Amino acid sequence: MSKILSMRELVPTIFEAVVEAPEIARKAKAGEFLVVMPDEKGERVPLTIADFDREKGTITIVFMAIGTSTYKLAAMKAGQSYYAFVGPLGHASEIKNHGTVVLVAGGVGTAPIYPIAREMKKAGNKVICIQGARTKDLLFWQDKIATVCDEHIITTDDGTFARKGLVTEPLKEICEREKVAIVYAIGPVPMMKFCSLTTKPFGVKTIVSLNSIMIDATGMCGGCRVNVGGETKFTCVDGPEFDGHQVDWNLLTSRQKIYLAEEKCSLQKYVEEAKK
Amino acid sequence: MTDAPKPKRKDRVPMPEQDPKVRATNFLEVPLGYTPEMAVEEAKRCLQCKKPACVCGCPVNINIPGFIKLIAEEKFAEAARKIKETNALPAVCGRVCPQESQCEAQCVLNKAGRAIAIGRLERFAADFERENNLIQLPQKAKPNGKRIAVVGSGPSGLTVAGDMVLLGYDVTVFEAFHKPGGVLMYGIPEFRLPKAIVEKEVDYLVRLGVHLKLNEIAGKTVSVDELLGERGFDAVFIGVGAGLPKFLGIPGENFGGMYSANEYLTRSNLMKAYRFPEYDTPIVKGKKVCVIGGGNVAMDAARTALRLGGEVFIVYRRGRDEMPARAEEIHHAEQEGVKLNLLTNPIEILGNENSMVKGLKCSRMELGEPDESGRRRPVTVPNSEFVIDCDLVINAIGAGANPLLTTSTPGLELNKWGYIVADEWGKTKKEGVWAGGDIVTGMATVIEAMGAGKKSAMDMHEKLMGVKKVQQAPGALPDDMTCEMPAKR
Ligand SMILES: Cc1cc2nc3c(=O)[nH]c(=O)nc-3n(C[C@H](O)[C@H](O)[C@H](O)COP(=O)(O)OP(=O)(O)OC[C@H]3O[C@@H](n4cnc5c(N)ncnc54)[C@H](O)[C@@H]3O)c2cc1C
Ligand SMILES: Cc1cc2nc3c(=O)[nH]c(=O)nc-3n(C[C@H](O)[C@H](O)[C@H](O)COP(=O)(O)OP(=O)(O)OC[C@H]3O[C@@H](n4cnc5c(N)ncnc54)[C@H](O)[C@@H]3O)c2cc1C
Ligand code: SF4
Ligand code: SF4
Ligand code: FES
Repeated sequence: MSKILSMRELVPTIFEAVVEAPEIARKAKAGEFLVVMPDEKGERVPLTIADFDREKGTITIVFMAIGTSTYKLAAMKAGQSYYAFVGPLGHASEIKNHGTVVLVAGGVGTAPIYPIAREMKKAGNKVICIQGARTKDLLFWQDKIATVCDEHIITTDDGTFARKGLVTEPLKEICEREKVAIVYAIGPVPMMKFCSLTTKPFGVKTIVSLNSIMIDATGMCGGCRVNVGGETKFTCVDGPEFDGHQVDWNLLTSRQKIYLAEEKCSLQKYVEEAKK
Repeated sequence: MTDAPKPKRKDRVPMPEQDPKVRATNFLEVPLGYTPEMAVEEAKRCLQCKKPACVCGCPVNINIPGFIKLIAEEKFAEAARKIKETNALPAVCGRVCPQESQCEAQCVLNKAGRAIAIGRLERFAADFERENNLIQLPQKAKPNGKRIAVVGSGPSGLTVAGDMVLLGYDVTVFEAFHKPGGVLMYGIPEFRLPKAIVEKEVDYLVRLGVHLKLNEIAGKTVSVDELLGERGFDAVFIGVGAGLPKFLGIPGENFGGMYSANEYLTRSNLMKAYRFPEYDTPIVKGKKVCVIGGGNVAMDAARTALRLGGEVFIVYRRGRDEMPARAEEIHHAEQEGVKLNLLTNPIEILGNENSMVKGLKCSRMELGEPDESGRRRPVTVPNSEFVIDCDLVINAIGAGANPLLTTSTPGLELNKWGYIVADEWGKTKKEGVWAGGDIVTGMATVIEAMGAGKKSAMDMHEKLMGVKKVQQAPGALPDDMTCEMPAKR
């Protein structure tokens, strides 16, 4: 049982929880993820480690409420405990002095980008962060991100804050401007896909963190399989980070849609019951 | 049931079952169990052999005539306790052991086709004790100050935990999932093994003093070296099972509606997707379902899909006689309406415009010469391709060794398939580490995993406390009789 120490809504629909989990915090590394179950009847929800504090023994998660499981997580309060909180899972990001590292965060992807940026900075890299959101009101953790990068670019799709446009535009400019050793792009699938397409002509290695649907997250079921470079990989044990230039994005997108009808039905039931 | 003119008690007492038509629509247990009268009648048939061959057929050498005699005397709870001297999970084994190839195969009455229904009696005794709240905790040895870590809460791990706690060790079980039991929980469906029974059996171990740490993945949350080092355990038993799905390597395997049996059964059993939307985890409910494979796992998947409303076909490349599943399971599946497509080999999965499964392309096979396994090798009939329309395909062609723990534990020796190398007593090449069950043998049976756990427990006890191990459970066999342990390694 892992207790929620604090819980807040960062921006509409995006929540941050700080969780007491000393055993996981001791081991956690940037790029790894966890499995969280809100209650006994809940799903096993994969969430990236957004931050960790070894001394305090805490893990921070940030998630967007989009369906039943994340609605349930959003409804939980400080003092309550998750039914299950398991990890750390997957491979950590490759932290070393690469040279210049560009970290691109889309929406809720800002959270997992933060610890990678922090560790990359510590490892002596020149760190450039591009943080994008649909609109000003959905931007969060700008101040946190600012403290761990040398250059911080913010974009909003609708131009309500900072630069108007998509994250791929400054990404392209930076690749034209200077030699980039590696790019990390984390966010919605289309964003990761287009970041990969943007860097491809420059031959800049681009790492993405895939969010396939998972069950056990220990390599036992194969449900999270993706195709990378023509080979079947399990996101939970082989990833979640992969070379974005090799990912079969269409397959990932189609496998995320397997349960569309069930997800709708489940959410409807949850919302109706919540009203009672 | 029988029309033999001879006295009726010479034949096995049949066990009542749910009607096939009814049970095909629910997840309740199929066989209903003996009544006390039936159990006594069956127990009285036992010849109480002086040299009971049946005991040698049981991988944990249960004192079979001993417990059967107690049932015949209507001492049901005592019978259960007799079994528990050597087997901590009788309600499970009585249900899922392949008795026809183990204890019952060796029964002297088997030649006449009338082997004593040992499994049913075992189940009866365990159920009687549990349902009447007669479970008593046995006397534990005094704490000896030594600590044992068990990784994995499947049958092998639970056996080690149960044996060691009784011997006075402080035992902690680490389990990756949120529920203990291993395959008993996530693999075998409710209609064959009700989960409440598994929970009760685990609860018994907890009451004995076993500590259960769920949601802890050895190799991730904590490493084996840390368990032996800073965590202060004197020995570690690894019983992580064989949880790695195999895929066929044919086109179309990533379409939605194409599952490994592991995923399908885990969704249904562990996550209770068969009760979606009451439980949140969804599952593709096929209208027409193909299950690839001919083993017990395929039967479990097929019978689950049937209960979720599908028309179900088993697709198997050899013939009926070559099917590795228990005859009883095939019989149950067919009774419920599962259809067998034998001598049929899948070659491609077809998908629709939304990348969801719409069919399975197969070719016909015929049987050629016997292969290494002694089974006749299937060969493709030229130009025999055809398509089975279906919207769900479950692949149950077997499992391999999951590398998550083994690759993060330096010093363990693995064989070429990734299974842990251990000696006859489960001792691995790594100091302080034992292993057993499917992660050593490849997928076998519940009772073989338990047998391996028993041996490791004895060996650990000898190494840690200097108590000499014995070959056989004491009292089960006369002094002048030994049997070769049938447990394969
Ligand atoms: C390794 C990993 C790390 C992740 N880290 C985070 C994180 O830090 N923060 C966060 O908010 N989310 C993260 N996700 C995604 C998160 O797990 C899903 O958003 C969540 O499972 C959705 O569950 P739900 O029941 O609320 O929504 P559902 O009802 O399952 O889905 C609602 C909608 O979201 C889509 N969807 C379903 N599953 C996923 C998925 N796995 N990823 C993206 N979209 C999906 C569906 O197509 C549907 O349209 C991560 C996923 C993985 C695999
Ligand atoms: C669908 C199906 C049906 C079957 N039917 C029968 C049957 O009818 N009769 C029969 O005798 N046998 C049957 N078997 C086989 C039998 O279930 C297995 O042989 C037996 O369960 C093996 O036991 P085990 O202790 O080795 O491991 P498992 O039962 O596989 O348990 C291993 C446990 O370890 C946990 N684990 C894995 N890795 C880690 C880690 N790193 N850290 C912590 N925990 C971990 C797993 O989550 C799991 O709970 C069936 C198997 C399947 C899959
Ligand atoms: S444990 Fe299995 S093999 Fe042993 S007596 Fe019981 S049913 Fe037979
Ligand atoms: S061999 Fe058969 S008849 Fe003899 S003791 Fe065992 S169960 Fe009874
Ligand atoms: S989630 Fe089951 S193998 Fe990755």
